[in-house]
Amino acid sequence: MTLRDAQIGQNYIVKELNLEQVIKRRLEALGLIHGTKVQLLNQNRKGDVVFKVRGTRLAIGDRIAASIFIEEVA
Amino acid sequence: MKDELQVGFVGNPNCGKTTLFNAYTGAKLKVANWPGVTVDKKEGAMKYHNHKFRLVDLPGTYSLTSYSMEEKLTRQYILEDDVDVIIDVVDASNLERNLYLTLQLIELGKPVILALNMMDIVEERGMEIDLHRLPEMLGIPVIPVSARKKKGLDILMHAVAHHNDKTLDKNLEHHHHVMGSIKGSAHLKKHHKEFTVVYSNEIEDKIDLISERLLAANPELENVRWIAIKLLEWDEEIRKKYPLDLAGIADRSYETDIINQKYDFIEEIIEEVVVNRNRKAAATDKIDQLLTNRFLGMPIFFGVMALIFFLTFSVGDALKGVFETLLEALSNAVLNFLAATGVGDLLTSLIVDGIIAGVGGILTFLPNIFILFLALAFLEDSGYMARVAYIMDGLMSKIGLSGRSFIPMLLGFGCSVPAVMASRTLENPKDRRRTIFITPFMSCSAKIPVYVLFAGMFFGKYASLAAFSMYVIGLVVGVLSAFIMHLFEKKKGHAINNLLIELPEYKAPNARSILIYVWDKVKDYLTKAGTTIFIASIVIWFILNIGPNGMVEDMSDSYGAIIGRLLTPILTPAGLGMWQIGVSLISGIAAKEIVVSSFSVLFGIANINSAEGMSSLVQILKPLGFGALNAYALMIFTLLYTPCAAAMGVIARELKSIKWTLFTFFFQLGIAWFAATLVYQLGLLFL
Repeated sequence: MTLRDAQIGQNYIVKELNLEQVIKRRLEALGLIHGTKVQLLNQNRKGDVVFKVRGTRLAIGDRIAASIFIEEVA
Repeated sequence: MKDELQVGFVGNPNCGKTTLFNAYTGAKLKVANWPGVTVDKKEGAMKYHNHKFRLVDLPGTYSLTSYSMEEKLTRQYILEDDVDVIIDVVDASNLERNLYLTLQLIELGKPVILALNMMDIVEERGMEIDLHRLPEMLGIPVIPVSARKKKGLDILMHAVAHHNDKTLDKNLEHHHHVMGSIKGSAHLKKHHKEFTVVYSNEIEDKIDLISERLLAANPELENVRWIAIKLLEWDEEIRKKYPLDLAGIADRSYETDIINQKYDFIEEIIEEVVVNRNRKAAATDKIDQLLTNRFLGMPIFFGVMALIFFLTFSVGDALKGVFETLLEALSNAVLNFLAATGVGDLLTSLIVDGIIAGVGGILTFLPNIFILFLALAFLEDSGYMARVAYIMDGLMSKIGLSGRSFIPMLLGFGCSVPAVMASRTLENPKDRRRTIFITPFMSCSAKIPVYVLFAGMFFGKYASLAAFSMYVIGLVVGVLSAFIMHLFEKKKGHAINNLLIELPEYKAPNARSILIYVWDKVKDYLTKAGTTIFIASIVIWFILNIGPNGMVEDMSDSYGAIIGRLLTPILTPAGLGMWQIGVSLISGIAAKEIVVSSFSVLFGIANINSAEGMSSLVQILKPLGFGALNAYALMIFTLLYTPCAAAMGVIARELKSIKWTLFTFFFQLGIAWFAATLVYQLGLLFL
């Protein structure tokens, strides 16, 4: 599944970033990489999401969210 | 010690780095370009005690990989230039994210000093940072500063002067318990006392192996550990520079492992040094549930904006009486004084009808401007501004922009100059250009006097509504222009840039920082009144009182009238076919308020913003065929036409293209004429 299909309030682990280099590097510098824990906080009707990662909140567009593959934390 | 120390300022975007840099250098700044690229290189010089310092402001960056121009530049500078000390400016309220760059800087091996900025915000949020433990864990000096309040500046420079020797012993005390406790740390060489970041055993052993090989090939090599780490990360630049055979050591890139372990260490630091951090985070999440709610978010935002404009006009109007009384008293006093001293009529006219009418008239709008900027400061300081980008992303994507572009637009309601500069944070050059292009359509505070005056004169109790409609028209024109450009660019296959923005924690706005922000704007406004508007008022008085045959009795024989008449044929379809309007619109390019100043000077009205001033102007304008519809057309024209000289300057600088700057200039002139004409002609049909 991707971050776009995530449930609000749930915790996930990032599996893969299937993104163009520039955005991928930006997210990596912000600490979003394979194995990072994220928590979905909010989602709007367009599909943009807000999530918590490494103590900060990031808002990302629907297209980026749909390219971040995640796995639910048990 | 060298007689001049070179100090580089490095930090994340928005950490207050430039504010800190400016606090040292003030206006004595040298701006050049970094070689080969169009990124500004800002340099300043200063003296502290007997030391000379050369300060260099580096572009804001999140990391030191070699993927973006800013990153490459910063890295290159630190590695190759002879920088003596690096000041790493860190937003203390966002330590976790900022420390990633810090760890990378420390690994580069040059002396680093941590300037812990925004400590006041940390305190306001009820958090604390252990300032003894933090330097122990990082192995570098940590100096708390406040760039905005200019606190801690001397101590920081003191630390710089003392810390430029990199052979200085570090006092490292940390254990990387996340990767196995210090006892379990079984890499061959024990590095915990030597290096700030110590990786897992597997990686440490690889670093040691690679370092040995590097030194064997080149015994003079400095900073071997960093090069070895970069080789493990498969950094393109470094692999080219040191083409070592890493078979058996690094058959894959260890980049993700290295990033992860750096962040693990950061988590450890945060856990140990930041006290009370979860309480505020929980509060922010609660507030966000309401303010960024998928259904309520947008109505709330529009409500907030409506409230801001309502306050700007209503409360501002209530307060202006005080200013008017003062202005009237001043005007009368000057008049009496000049009469008593027997100064000639001409000079009296210049001072009273020119300067006091032109400049003083503008000063009475100060309450409106004050309230608008107070509200904008509140939005920025509370952390709500970043949410607006998220809330508006859906709408903005329909015109091919991301929600981030809405922030410059919102700032544009205050002043186009900082708004255009704020568009710098947009990464995509096409998005940036489009945002710069439409930002001036957002009605800036300088246009408020025009609305207050003309709506007040002709729309009675609907004045606020007429003024408010200007904001809506500006927004609609901006959005439509962006949409049309989007359609053109979409044909060329331009993909929509997706949103990516950090949402900071909410904080109760700090009275002091808001006052500093608002005072800055008020000062700008007063300065503008004292310089641009002052000079423009004098110039206008002269061109209106001098004609081809010397001093004129009737202004319609003056040079001003001659210039204004050149424009009348063009402005007539828009209902603005009076030479006086031509003159005021031309002078309005210097600053939009001057449209009002020139009306004061043109019609000799001393206190234009008062009830009597307005009614006497109406008495003059009505017989000239200038009524409510003309006033509305004038408001629309003022709203949309070419931004003021200061804004055009910034636009030219940011666009870095003469073609696009000229395009902006003429496009906005054209749109203004078209919209004013459309409204005027439709109005004539229906009214």
